[in-house]
Amino acid sequence: MKVLLIDIDKCNGCYNCQIACKDEHVANDWSPIAKPQPDTGQFWHKVTDIVQGSVPKVRVRYMHDTCQQCDEAPCITACRSAAIYKRDDGIVIIDPEKCAGNRSCLDACPYNVIYFNTDLNISQKCTMCAHLLDEGWTEPRCVDACPTGALKFGEEEELKDLLASAETLPSDTPAKPRVYYLNLPNKYFIAGAVFDPMADEVLEGVTVSLISLESKRTITLQTDFFGDFWFEKQEPGRYSLKIEKTGYVAATLEPIEASKDLNVGDIALQPQGETHV
Amino acid sequence: MAEQEFINCGIGAMLKVTVKDGVITRMRPLRLTEEDGGRWTIEAKGKKFSDPRKTTINPFNIAERMRIYAENRTKYPMKRKNFDPTGERHPELRGKDEYVRITWDEAYDLFVKEITRIRETYGPAAVTAFVSSHHNYGLLYYKMGPMPRFYNILGYTQLLDNPDSWEGWHWGSMHTWGWYWRFGQCDNFDMLAEAMKNTEQVIYWSVDPNTSAGGYGGQETVIWREWLRELGIPGIFIDPYCNSTAAHMADKWLAPRPGTDAALAEAIAYQWIRDDTYDHWFIENRTVHFDEWKDYILGETDGVPKSPEWAAPICDIPAHTIRAVARQWASKKSMLACGAQYGVGGACRNSYATEWASLMIHLIAMQGIGKEGVNIWAGTAHGAPLDMSFKSAGYSDVGWDVFGLVAKHPTFPDGNSVTQRVYRLLLPEAILDGHIEWRGEGFCVQYPTQQFKPMQYPEPGPNGAEIRMIHRHGGSFISTMTDTSKWVRMYQSPKLEFVVMQDCHWQSETKFGDLILPASTNFEHQDISEWAQPGGYGNGNVNCNHRILMYQQKCIEPLWESKPDYQIYCELAERLGFLEEYTEGNSEEDWIRKVFDYTDLPKYISYEEFKKKGYFVVPSLPEDYKPTVSNRWYYKGRPVDTPDRFNPLQGTDKATQMATPSGKIEFKRTILEQYFPDDEERPVMPRYIPLYEGHETKGLVEKYPLQLMTPHAKYSYHTHQDNKIPWLNDIRQHRIIKDGYPYWPFRMNPADAEARGIKDGDIVMVYNDRAKVLGVALVTERCRPGLVHSYQAGAKYDPLEPGVAESIDRGGCVNLLSHSRMTSKNAYGEANMSFLVEVSKWEA
Repeated sequence: MKVLLIDIDKCNGCYNCQIACKDEHVANDWSPIAKPQPDTGQFWHKVTDIVQGSVPKVRVRYMHDTCQQCDEAPCITACRSAAIYKRDDGIVIIDPEKCAGNRSCLDACPYNVIYFNTDLNISQKCTMCAHLLDEGWTEPRCVDACPTGALKFGEEEELKDLLASAETLPSDTPAKPRVYYLNLPNKYFIAGAVFDPMADEVLEGVTVSLISLESKRTITLQTDFFGDFWFEKQEPGRYSLKIEKTGYVAATLEPIEASKDLNVGDIALQPQGETHV
Repeated sequence: MAEQEFINCGIGAMLKVTVKDGVITRMRPLRLTEEDGGRWTIEAKGKKFSDPRKTTINPFNIAERMRIYAENRTKYPMKRKNFDPTGERHPELRGKDEYVRITWDEAYDLFVKEITRIRETYGPAAVTAFVSSHHNYGLLYYKMGPMPRFYNILGYTQLLDNPDSWEGWHWGSMHTWGWYWRFGQCDNFDMLAEAMKNTEQVIYWSVDPNTSAGGYGGQETVIWREWLRELGIPGIFIDPYCNSTAAHMADKWLAPRPGTDAALAEAIAYQWIRDDTYDHWFIENRTVHFDEWKDYILGETDGVPKSPEWAAPICDIPAHTIRAVARQWASKKSMLACGAQYGVGGACRNSYATEWASLMIHLIAMQGIGKEGVNIWAGTAHGAPLDMSFKSAGYSDVGWDVFGLVAKHPTFPDGNSVTQRVYRLLLPEAILDGHIEWRGEGFCVQYPTQQFKPMQYPEPGPNGAEIRMIHRHGGSFISTMTDTSKWVRMYQSPKLEFVVMQDCHWQSETKFGDLILPASTNFEHQDISEWAQPGGYGNGNVNCNHRILMYQQKCIEPLWESKPDYQIYCELAERLGFLEEYTEGNSEEDWIRKVFDYTDLPKYISYEEFKKKGYFVVPSLPEDYKPTVSNRWYYKGRPVDTPDRFNPLQGTDKATQMATPSGKIEFKRTILEQYFPDDEERPVMPRYIPLYEGHETKGLVEKYPLQLMTPHAKYSYHTHQDNKIPWLNDIRQHRIIKDGYPYWPFRMNPADAEARGIKDGDIVMVYNDRAKVLGVALVTERCRPGLVHSYQAGAKYDPLEPGVAESIDRGGCVNLLSHSRMTSKNAYGEANMSFLVEVSKWEA
């Protein structure tokens, strides 16, 4: 059974996957697997930029949306024409001949990855390039075009070590996707920098504690050479930040609302015995 | 018909092309087989890394099919409707006239009649011809190919290119450390293994390799930076914009204001001097005039210490952060991956960019360039362990006639009977004003003072002539050249009696032609090349994981009535009576065969096999290969040992030296001291000079408070893919479709947008005294405050009033907004990296 594994941290945002999908499917008829995709408007493999943080602590992560090839695919049960089927290799196909254009699959899909082709009056989506796999290809075009290895495709059994730490996209209806993700951008960083305003120097080795105001769980780290701290992959929630260094007046920032990646900014830590600003 | 597969190359990225029933259906990377060879492994920090066995490509390469079949291909020979060569020519209608279809014979007749008349009336110097970079890939069909050979034989006013992606290096650092044969930039051999084994951090300064290094070599180097991450080698990024590479992997991002990089560099040097964290041995033994520069940095000559506190308000970076970066840099073995060579970068294309480029050399010299783990690694873009001794051919190996590599009679340098020259950046002034002066012979790679040579147009004396005919071939200069409106005005000048546009597409500029010659793409003819090998001034700069020589196979017949460029020039040469001299009796394939024989290919593969297979991977280095890391020889004081074929000191008694007057790295540019001792815009000792148009420009910044920066585009190579491939318009970083129109994005910081009532996705007008350009606001934290970021060279110039130079442009032609003032008064480089604008919401 095939799986697709997407490592968000490895994706450099080149969009090759999105374009390679179009190269394979636009103006090319791969019936009975797929009819041509329109020039624009459909994204069988869609990349979206997610900008995280604020100047100068900014990252971009790239979300990938594609058919999740669910083992319990809501689209299959929703289709009134019995046009959608699951292959032995796990790939879900909308038969372009059988599709009657009633669009029930679009509503049923919890991931919004099925598109409607008004010219052909059919629903369309990612086929994992099954027409190529059937010819002996080992990967669909999106994976073939990936320069970083962020996309991996193969047998579930062969990739099981990597799948162990991967997750699937949540959905309201249990669907059992066959597309797995590593490092999904569903947790956030909380970052900042600490400096001494009197000496005008960054402060390395400052103890910064991140305390969840809900669970009271505390994580502690030391600022780096730039005085920076990055708490990676934190659950959304409300936090308190405690900043401490010997010889300095400890500072607390709270509440910190982590509903997205957050740069709390440059924090001036006052030396003890100095006038507070 | 069954599917066929071909090998070809799209703007530098090697492609496997599927063709079914004579139609291209697929473009994809090439997978190497076991028998292809070329394998290598780098062992670093207990891990092993091997060459990827498939090539990498860019999204616009994958989409090349849409470019080939684009609706706006030129398709047929055309004549401008109101252009009457025997009566009224109506030059004022260029840019808005209609076109009528003509036959090739009619087109050739018109061409021959006009060029003959103009040559007889005004002399051969009245004709100029030029070709853009990179619109078609291939050795023989490249810009040094069919066009210059044709015109060298005929005689014409050669248009001199400015070194357009390396201005600061060419005009500045060349005088600090030589390397004039490479535009003032060093070679980068064996750098990948060196970095992985010995480097502790990488400083990416004004460079975005994920965007620009791919131009030639696809995304070959992307995996290298993934390896650096895996090895825990951090990356510090310095760029006003959180560029694509930084956004993906920066461990630290510093966002100085555009054009203030030189101040930041001086402050870093100051901190090293104060902390005494620089390489005294290297300074003493490998450099000259450090003490004089040190006095300047410390403020002993002008009373202004160039301290982090001094730089902080200029760069808008806290002094403590500058100090921390300086200390972090000095504490670790660092590669300076600045924007140079094929890590082409922004800071070298600003006004006074000579200063930043020279200061980069100062900094890396202070850390002992060539020492283990310490070097300039331009954009981390070159230096895989490849066999550079394999003889190949690059398009810049022999100058302006690549056929000269194998021709009986090369037409360069002595072929062109016309000695008059014109300078690309000043071509509009040459036509409109009738007189220009500048310095330098274009790409000045012969000797360091070649760029000082005073030039003027028209050439004084009987052989000079004003230009009456332009033959443009290839990509569009409207949109890539500074203050592009000038080009619109130029084309409408009555002085231009005949304008020929030879192009694959109806580009913005094509619409200014009187005669349109439809050319085909490199997928419609055959050629030979090495992937990503410029040769000459870029010899060895292969930014790929393998050296692959290609027989670029013809995939399809020329579309519509288009013809391959070489065929067009042959047919013109025949009508003008010099076909034999042009071809020397060679067919296209004869030339390919001769280049094949010129290279080392025949030692490994037969011509027939190479032609059939389409590529050859240069075999792996021998087991006992000893790496020759760039600049190591200089550090060690031994003769230069890198395979830099054009280093003139190699094999001489100066082989241990830099190519400067002293033979050492010069903290005071003594050549400048000799030739321009009083030039305050390119002073003898490099220093920060506020931008000609920047945040310190009083009188202008009040009106236009935002700095627009315009680096090379990510999803189009120059103008070549944009406005041809609808798929790219689906990428929001490339174009944003609003009301059905694909607008060019202008990125802004949320605070700047909010202050102007602008929301993400709004149509905005970006303007200054030179132009007004519409686009869509992309509001993002990737922009530092005060910065507007937009890629230069969108291909759509779409004036609301066609043919009117002053019109508002809707297409996103960013260079309408840039100023055309040079790098500085004696450095004739383009300086359009950043300039001042204001942005407002567009309500019309």
